[in-house]
Amino acid sequence: MFIVKYRKIWYIFSTLVIIASIFSIVKFGLNAGIDFTGGSLLEVRYEARPSIEDLRTFVKNTDFKGVVLQTTGENGLIVRSRDLTEDEHHSLVALLKSNDTLTLEEERFVSIGPVVGKELAEKSLAAIVLVVIMIILYVAFAFRKISKVKHGISPFVFGFLAVTALMHDIIIPTGVFACLGKTAGVEIDVLFITALLAILGFSVNDTIVVFDRVRENLRKNVGSDFEDTVSVSVKESIARSINTSLTTIVTLVLLFIMGGESTKYLSLALIIGLSVGTYSSLFLASPLLVTVKSFQDKK
Amino acid sequence: MAVMNKYRFTAVLVLLSGLALGYFDALHLVNPDSLLAKPFKFGLDLLGGVHLVYEADVSAITPIEIENSMEGLRDVIEQRVNLFGVTEPVVQIEQKGIMKAVEAREHRLIVELPGVTDTNQAIKMIGETPFLEFRLENPNIKITEDTLVNEAYIPSGLDGRFLEKSTLEFDGTTMQPQISLVFNKEGGDLFATITRANIDKTLAIFLDGLPISTPVIREEIVSGKAQISGQFTPQEAKTLVQRLNSGALPIPIKLISQQAIGPTLGESVMLKGINAGLYGILAVMIFLLFWYRFPGLIASLALGIYIVLMLALFKAIPITITAAGIIGFVMSVGMAVDANILIFERMKEELDEGKPLNAALKEGFDRAWPSIRDSNVSSLITGVILFWLGTSMVQGFALTFSIGILVSMFTAITVTKSFLLALGLKGEGKATKFLFGSGLK
Repeated sequence: MFIVKYRKIWYIFSTLVIIASIFSIVKFGLNAGIDFTGGSLLEVRYEARPSIEDLRTFVKNTDFKGVVLQTTGENGLIVRSRDLTEDEHHSLVALLKSNDTLTLEEERFVSIGPVVGKELAEKSLAAIVLVVIMIILYVAFAFRKISKVKHGISPFVFGFLAVTALMHDIIIPTGVFACLGKTAGVEIDVLFITALLAILGFSVNDTIVVFDRVRENLRKNVGSDFEDTVSVSVKESIARSINTSLTTIVTLVLLFIMGGESTKYLSLALIIGLSVGTYSSLFLASPLLVTVKSFQDKK
Repeated sequence: MAVMNKYRFTAVLVLLSGLALGYFDALHLVNPDSLLAKPFKFGLDLLGGVHLVYEADVSAITPIEIENSMEGLRDVIEQRVNLFGVTEPVVQIEQKGIMKAVEAREHRLIVELPGVTDTNQAIKMIGETPFLEFRLENPNIKITEDTLVNEAYIPSGLDGRFLEKSTLEFDGTTMQPQISLVFNKEGGDLFATITRANIDKTLAIFLDGLPISTPVIREEIVSGKAQISGQFTPQEAKTLVQRLNSGALPIPIKLISQQAIGPTLGESVMLKGINAGLYGILAVMIFLLFWYRFPGLIASLALGIYIVLMLALFKAIPITITAAGIIGFVMSVGMAVDANILIFERMKEELDEGKPLNAALKEGFDRAWPSIRDSNVSSLITGVILFWLGTSMVQGFALTFSIGILVSMFTAITVTKSFLLALGLKGEGKATKFLFGSGLK
């Protein structure tokens, strides 16, 4: 099977992509949304939207001169600012109406205090760490009997490799979103964290199915040596892995194209995560088993 | 043969329950008056509405009293919220920092008002106590055009705290609405003292710092009752009475976070999500049919049952459907198919090894089970942690995702198995080989 045989190519490829992702995260930083930083977001729809220059003059020389205006759709406008009180919110809307000469409808107003934002950021981080720990433990538990088979590898190696694949699968989408944050102003919000956690679940799911094959084939003594066993297992799992991801990705692509604005980037993050997740369980986690094994044998 | 009858029985049962569940899903559209008819519950992001988070200032309250006071606060706010007449408002208490002592925790109040579009009015209704106060004319000031209201009248010491209840009445002759106030014992005594000492003077009634009525005292009032006859519309008078009766907040609160979603935005998000979901499901079914042929057809049927079952659960539990929830559901459709794909790939391998069809079918199910179990458990772990993470949008995703995993294991395994085995296929012919083959071969 070419996947296991040419494993060095995949290692190099993945390493490069990961370095690029980390570089983009460090260089551009994450464009955290108001979910985490606190702040306000107001979305309105005009009957006929004035030009963005005109809109800027409305807020100029007022208390709201610091707000960021961004047009959306044909007649929509999004206004971002620090968190506003209810009174400030109303003065802002009044400004945008320009002394009632313009008709607009408020579609969305979100104002999040900095405390709530900070709390959510902490909780998100805790959730990711917790998921990773639980997954190592679960994989180690599910593969606890593996060391009794003749090609013994510690069950924790399976857990550790599953987590290596996991890190790979969440670093890449995060890198892409850091890039998108810089170029297109895409924000990291609570839905992105949701996507990351869902990717964690999916990625480990995929890795487990391949490892499961390895476990079964080891028990049945399939293959001439360990490398061959893994090779056969990958070959047997490939159709399933790709088909499963394909069905899910197809539905997500449809959601991305046709779905609402608010969940667009959730779909995108999931699409990226699932694609690299499928790649990593076949091209990374499984060949790494062989690498770890030969490293163990040399010692 | 007995075994096959068992599968046939299960298959028919599953089909019939599928139809019944599908009927239940659509019942609120077909026959809204039926006893079982229940609409789906949609989240604020789809329905439009207001989500408010308040922080309660408990610093002035003794630690043992805090929980009681918070419940009192919730009850008062609930009463105020009910005046809005929204369906299913949510008012709940939340504590942050469970590990700390009660007084060190942050106490919050969350209010969700589906369908409410006037945020401003909602916030006013919730946060502001109507402050009722009786003021006497100031004897030291000669009233002119420029006199400030606050200087013209001085507090008499009688205010809304002494109010026992208020009711709406209509004046017998003019039919104007008026508000009747009944003071408690203490308030009644105070009222009597004030009126006795100030006959022929003005006793103004202030609401939220503004005079709404300025009657002149004719005689001492010992009944402990008073009337306000301002210029109210019946609706205003009614609301005011309700607000006066709901009393003051036991704990001061501060708005720290709010979200308001307009109904048009919500509706378009919902329609787009549902549309995309439907096409997604259709695409999955077409793929199954072309790639896995006959078993693919059965899997599509199982997927149909999965969908009606999930929708029925959404209604029965009930689960609030949010935009993220729709994504979770659509994604769970992809995962529901995963178990089937695992099984069919296994089946194909067993067939390739030359096993007879019936045995290959059974082996396929048995051998795929450990993978299905292990992979789904890890997804469930994620689902549970996501649920703990919290905000309502994320919880919607986590809940549909987790329930989806559990239900899909049932439909992909039990349902597909009973259908496939109920048919009792044995053929070794070319047609069977083709029907059970897969991919491009």
